[in-house]
Amino acid sequence: MRGDKDLSEIRTIIARHKLWDLIFMIVGVLALMIAVLTFMALFAHMLIEGMPRLSWDFFTSFPSRRPGSAGILSAWVGTILVMLVTAMAAVPMGIGAGIYLEEYASKNIITEIIEINVTNLAGVPSIIYGLLALSLFVHQFGFGQSILSAGLALALLILPVVIVATREAIRAIPLVIREGAYALGATKWQTVSDHLLPYSAAGILTGVIIGLARAIGETAPIITIGALTFIAFLPPSPIKDEFPFLSFDWLMAPFTVMPIQMFNWVSRPEEEFQANAAAAGLVLVVMTLAMNAIAIYLRYRMRKNLKW
Amino acid sequence: MQLPATAHPPDEITHPKRLGYSYRRHLGERFIEALLFLMAFVSVAITVAIVVMLVKESFVFFEHVPLWEFLTDTQWTPLFDDAHYGILPLISGTVVSSGVALLVAIPLGTITAIYLSEFAPFAVREVAKPFLELLGGVPTVVYGYFALLFVTPLLQKIFPDLPGFSLLSAGLVMGIMIIPYVSSMAEDAMRSVPMHLREGSYAMGATKFQTAIRVVMPAAFSGIAAAYILGISRAVGETMVVAIAAGMQPNLTWNPMEPAATITAYIVQVSLGDLPHGSIGYQTIFAAGLTLLLLTLAFNIIGHVLRKRYREVY
Repeated sequence: MRGDKDLSEIRTIIARHKLWDLIFMIVGVLALMIAVLTFMALFAHMLIEGMPRLSWDFFTSFPSRRPGSAGILSAWVGTILVMLVTAMAAVPMGIGAGIYLEEYASKNIITEIIEINVTNLAGVPSIIYGLLALSLFVHQFGFGQSILSAGLALALLILPVVIVATREAIRAIPLVIREGAYALGATKWQTVSDHLLPYSAAGILTGVIIGLARAIGETAPIITIGALTFIAFLPPSPIKDEFPFLSFDWLMAPFTVMPIQMFNWVSRPEEEFQANAAAAGLVLVVMTLAMNAIAIYLRYRMRKNLKW
Repeated sequence: MQLPATAHPPDEITHPKRLGYSYRRHLGERFIEALLFLMAFVSVAITVAIVVMLVKESFVFFEHVPLWEFLTDTQWTPLFDDAHYGILPLISGTVVSSGVALLVAIPLGTITAIYLSEFAPFAVREVAKPFLELLGGVPTVVYGYFALLFVTPLLQKIFPDLPGFSLLSAGLVMGIMIIPYVSSMAEDAMRSVPMHLREGSYAMGATKFQTAIRVVMPAAFSGIAAAYILGISRAVGETMVVAIAAGMQPNLTWNPMEPAATITAYIVQVSLGDLPHGSIGYQTIFAAGLTLLLLTLAFNIIGHVLRKRYREVY
């Protein structure tokens, strides 16, 4: 019978197409697995190579010509100080710019230029920021190859991240909140500072953490401004014994940071130094992953709890 | 709308003190607005500063080196006594390493995006997306270490002739690194395709795979293309992986099995030495940087146009 034959043909066609579905499912899982497995391999490799070097001494020793006694003291202190400058510069600037673009800006050509600019800045390779800092901060402004120059370079780099996060967090707040505030006679700034900023704080914080995590791992812009790779001293302490108890000499001090210390060890031929590189890499990865994980968790929590 | 300071809003007639128009309050608001505008304007100032600085320093460079020589000479040896200033070897290194990276990142990123957007159960997507984001957060210097000390030895078991530094291993690792950028943006584009298009396709008897390939992907085409462009731009500008694993020797080659330098790796290499401010070697990194900026800018503009288009489709 013709009908039966047609039906069985159609069934084979359907079966074949369903097989394609299955095959793609498997390919998709495999593609996802390649990324996951690469990360596992990377982490496992560094763990095996670097774990034996991780001890208290590793964190409290300066780098040394002898790989066995070399540590990352100057690197992690430098990283913290550079991050301090980066955060101080990028956070107020980024939040301010985000508020302006979202709440104040009228639709005109200047606003559009700023918006296109922020998008474009996010796509500029990080090493270009290093060249900018080298020319502008190091030579033009005379900051030298200092913590200040490095911190500002990284601040410029993460500025778009903070701006975008601020805008998205503020945009998520419904219009009725603003209308309520204005109806009670609040000014624009009172509305922003008493309502919009507190409600969007978690979202902004997420962006700031992601930006700082990225800045911690950035190497290229800091190499470009001429950070030293071998530093066996600490910057001057920011706290003094006598009045006014605070000192800003450290801003102008030469420094090194974790990624540069690691790069320095990787590019040495001796195998013992590569164990040090693995240990430094492990610290770096755990640090950035922890920050990213906090940010992702914050975002997840926000999405779940916020119901306007 | 701003009222002039002398105009009285109607409230003041009944409550002159409390509800009146306050000049001081008005001034404070204007000050804050101006301050916020300045902060927003910083981004424009940064862009202008980048362009001015690169062009200024490159201008001095091009007074020494004719543009023609820069574009056609096949050697890049600016720090040798016999100096040659041809950007081609750096371009070839950049193109080859980015090419290898894209051969990894585009297929894997696309498949991952289709899988996550069309096939994966909710739970898988909820776990996989943040995990991919984490992958994008690993410092690039760590990926460089991984390429040099894990991937290269592994590849040498397959290709015994592979040198210790090669564009191949740098490109492969760079590709894996870029997957999250490509897949996350491509997935967003596919997810914003309205559901009724899929429902229409299913109603015609199409399978999931057919729907994904013939309906969802074409509908999200410009978004997916923008994701690819972003991937290219990342690969071209990526620095530490190539600086560590590809061997920093300017080498005019199209063979990924050889060591070579990219534009970014060259800038790192020169910055590591202590170059005097204003020397020709100092200016070469700005000329190289300008070339890099122009390359990535071209890609970013294409990506921007594509993104704009896919927003307007529905």
